[in-house]
Amino acid sequence: MEQGPPDPERQLQPAPLEPLGRSEAGLGVAVDEEAEGAGEEGSGGDTMTHNNFWLKKIEISVSEAEKRTGRNAMNMQETYTAYLIETRSVEHTDGQSVLTDSLWRRYSEFELLRNYLLVYYPHIVVPPLPEKRAEFVWHKLSADNMDPDFVERRRIGLENFLLRIASHPILCRDKIFYLFLTQEGNWKETVNETGFQLKADSRLKALNATFRVKNPDKRFTDLKHYSDELQSVISHLLRVRARVADRLYGVYKVHGNYGRVFSEWSAIEKEMGDGLQSAGHHMDVYASSIDDILEDEEHYADQLKEYLFYAEALRAVCRKHELMQYDLEIAAQDLASKKQQCEELATGTVRTFSLKGMTTKLFGQETPEQREARIKVLEEQINEGEQQLKSKNLEGREFVKNAWADIERFKEQKNRDLKEALISYAVMQISMCKKGIQVWTNAKECFSKM
Amino acid sequence: MPHPLAGSSSEEAVGGDSTPSPDLLMARSFGDKDLILPNGGTPAGTSSPASSSSLLNRLQLDDDIDGETRDLFVVVDDPKKHVCTMETYITYRITTKSTRVEFDLPEYSVRRRYQDFDWLRSKLEESQPTHLIPPLPEKFVVKGVVDRFSEEFVETRRKALDKFLKRITDHPVLSFNEHFNIFLTAKDLNIYKKQGIALLTRMGESVKHVTGGYKLRTRPLEFAAIGDYLDTFALKLGTIDRIAQRIIKEEIEYLVELREYGPVYSTWSALEGELAEPLEGVSACIGNCSTALEELTDDMTEDFLPVLREYILYSDSMKSVLKKRDQVQAEYEAKLEAVALRKEDRPKVPVDVEKCQDRMECFNADLKADMERWQNNKRQDFRQLLMGMADKNIQYYEKVMSMPNKTGF
Repeated sequence: MEQGPPDPERQLQPAPLEPLGRSEAGLGVAVDEEAEGAGEEGSGGDTMTHNNFWLKKIEISVSEAEKRTGRNAMNMQETYTAYLIETRSVEHTDGQSVLTDSLWRRYSEFELLRNYLLVYYPHIVVPPLPEKRAEFVWHKLSADNMDPDFVERRRIGLENFLLRIASHPILCRDKIFYLFLTQEGNWKETVNETGFQLKADSRLKALNATFRVKNPDKRFTDLKHYSDELQSVISHLLRVRARVADRLYGVYKVHGNYGRVFSEWSAIEKEMGDGLQSAGHHMDVYASSIDDILEDEEHYADQLKEYLFYAEALRAVCRKHELMQYDLEIAAQDLASKKQQCEELATGTVRTFSLKGMTTKLFGQETPEQREARIKVLEEQINEGEQQLKSKNLEGREFVKNAWADIERFKEQKNRDLKEALISYAVMQISMCKKGIQVWTNAKECFSKM
Repeated sequence: MPHPLAGSSSEEAVGGDSTPSPDLLMARSFGDKDLILPNGGTPAGTSSPASSSSLLNRLQLDDDIDGETRDLFVVVDDPKKHVCTMETYITYRITTKSTRVEFDLPEYSVRRRYQDFDWLRSKLEESQPTHLIPPLPEKFVVKGVVDRFSEEFVETRRKALDKFLKRITDHPVLSFNEHFNIFLTAKDLNIYKKQGIALLTRMGESVKHVTGGYKLRTRPLEFAAIGDYLDTFALKLGTIDRIAQRIIKEEIEYLVELREYGPVYSTWSALEGELAEPLEGVSACIGNCSTALEELTDDMTEDFLPVLREYILYSDSMKSVLKKRDQVQAEYEAKLEAVALRKEDRPKVPVDVEKCQDRMECFNADLKADMERWQNNKRQDFRQLLMGMADKNIQYYEKVMSMPNKTGF
């Protein structure tokens, strides 16, 4: 059911009403014992159901961008851009599409949606948003967020974001996502009411886990290294590409000067004049051809940027695994130490240091009743601990299974998309060469008539 | 079909196909009828305008005659480095083949250094002041910035020196100059240099003594036009030179970035599985582009820029000749006026005034003829130069394009 790279008019395959094939994306269904609440996605909450909201094929497009002014949280005037999202439902019979929903959203709302998805689907590689601020700009490009070219590229990026979600077997079924596309007013409140911010793992906790975890799944460790290196290499690539674009622009534009000077020179020549004049015209054509060429290349850069940001999403999944694993290890450690304490109390040997043990030594032994009581408490705790450990273990294994399935899906998507991007880049270069040959051949012919 | 020894100045790639008429071809044979004498001057007593114009006709069509009827071929090649205690310098081999009577042997081979070319040029300017002498490549190079002994520099200079001699060879008057002959044939040029032989032509002698300080009344329209033309021409060439230099500079900076860009794709490819091949492919393409670009910038620096500079130098020296012509005319007019003012009842003009007139008219004729020749050559040279520039760019794009197709994209 995997789709190719998204394009503006992509259609969504109708998802079946039952939870998707369990073998595939793995929807929180237990491997063995616990088979409760089948179809619960993510870590619970009323907002997710396994209903399919899309009874028909749909098309999503971010068709317009508009400058708006309004008042922000601090009651100050601000200017922002709003984007029009249109959802169309496609009739099976004749393929005609009918506009079913249309609303305006601004970038911060997209961010809210994504943050929500990150919390509720930690095992999914969540599609990234286009960059907030223009980075990797070269001279001619503006770093201004209000610049029409930037807004246009962002519009395309936001559309791509929505299409990625809509084509994801699990994310597409999320209610908040559905409401994002259909309910303009009150959506923000609805999202906030899920309390997802509270459920988010603290960064400190995550960092701590990364450093202290002892036995993470090797695949995730490798994946984390890969995503670090991918991020580093694509950043480097984009930075140099911007410089290359700058230089190439310079080369082409300087040739435009030939146009003017050839024209001036032709004025004092008799036989040479016409040839020079017409050659000068071709030099002007050459100089202006770079604008379109570099615009196309900007699209290529955007494709790379998407995967630069995807690297961060990959890392987020790895971090979640490390956190869960660390949690598990701590719980196991805790349990082991309690069991040991219990054993010591029961047998009377003290192998581990405990304050209680010290004070007992100093202030006198405890009574057998006291000891019995303590053993009982510990046994209860141990029981509880074992239950918790079991469920954490299960949770952990589920997470690994589901996450890895999505990661495999992502890898295939990445390979497909990037291969296509590289091919189209090569095609762009060939086209640039052909244009160059054409212009210079024309100029040469003019020179030959001098 | 151009003779194998005939260099770039006679290459007529496209166009330039005006064929001389048969009777003028006949006139090419050398005999008493020919007004051109070995020492390049005009014979005494034949200073009438009529003979000047037939001279003009003959001079005009020389370059249109193909190699078959040439009788003098000169080639500059084989640069060699000489290391002596006092200095290090380069010499070039000059090979001459000729059937002219002025040459004792049919073939000569001598070695000359830049200094010797410089000597030749000043001697030509002295002895043939009414003609346009081709330029030499620049004498001084800033040490440390340019390597005087690098292959590229020596080759660029060799081409320019070869062009210089070929332009003289093609000139119906200059090619018969005695200094030129000595330059091509003498075993040891230094002997001649030391002797300071004043092989001045009659004209050279005459013009040498023209005093400046006379103010010109009116410059004849055609010479004023030539002056204006040269001014604008040099200006435009200067602009083109700057543009070309700027393009090369931008291209080199583009090249620097490409050299960093390509390898990043390789680095990335090492991280990937399925994508490794296409990424390596892009890296290789960029590398290929870099190589092609370097070739383009080298070619432009070595072949394009020097020719532009040459023509700028050329027009500068031409302006000096025009000034000299003005002086000659001014002196004549002043002397003529002085005679008129003397209010003597003289039936005819004194001899020295006649000599002035004679001098002026020869100068005008020579200059006009040379200008025509120069215009023709200039046209061919620039056609070739600019077509060459277009060609180099086409080849660059073809090289760049060939690779993506190869990697099976």
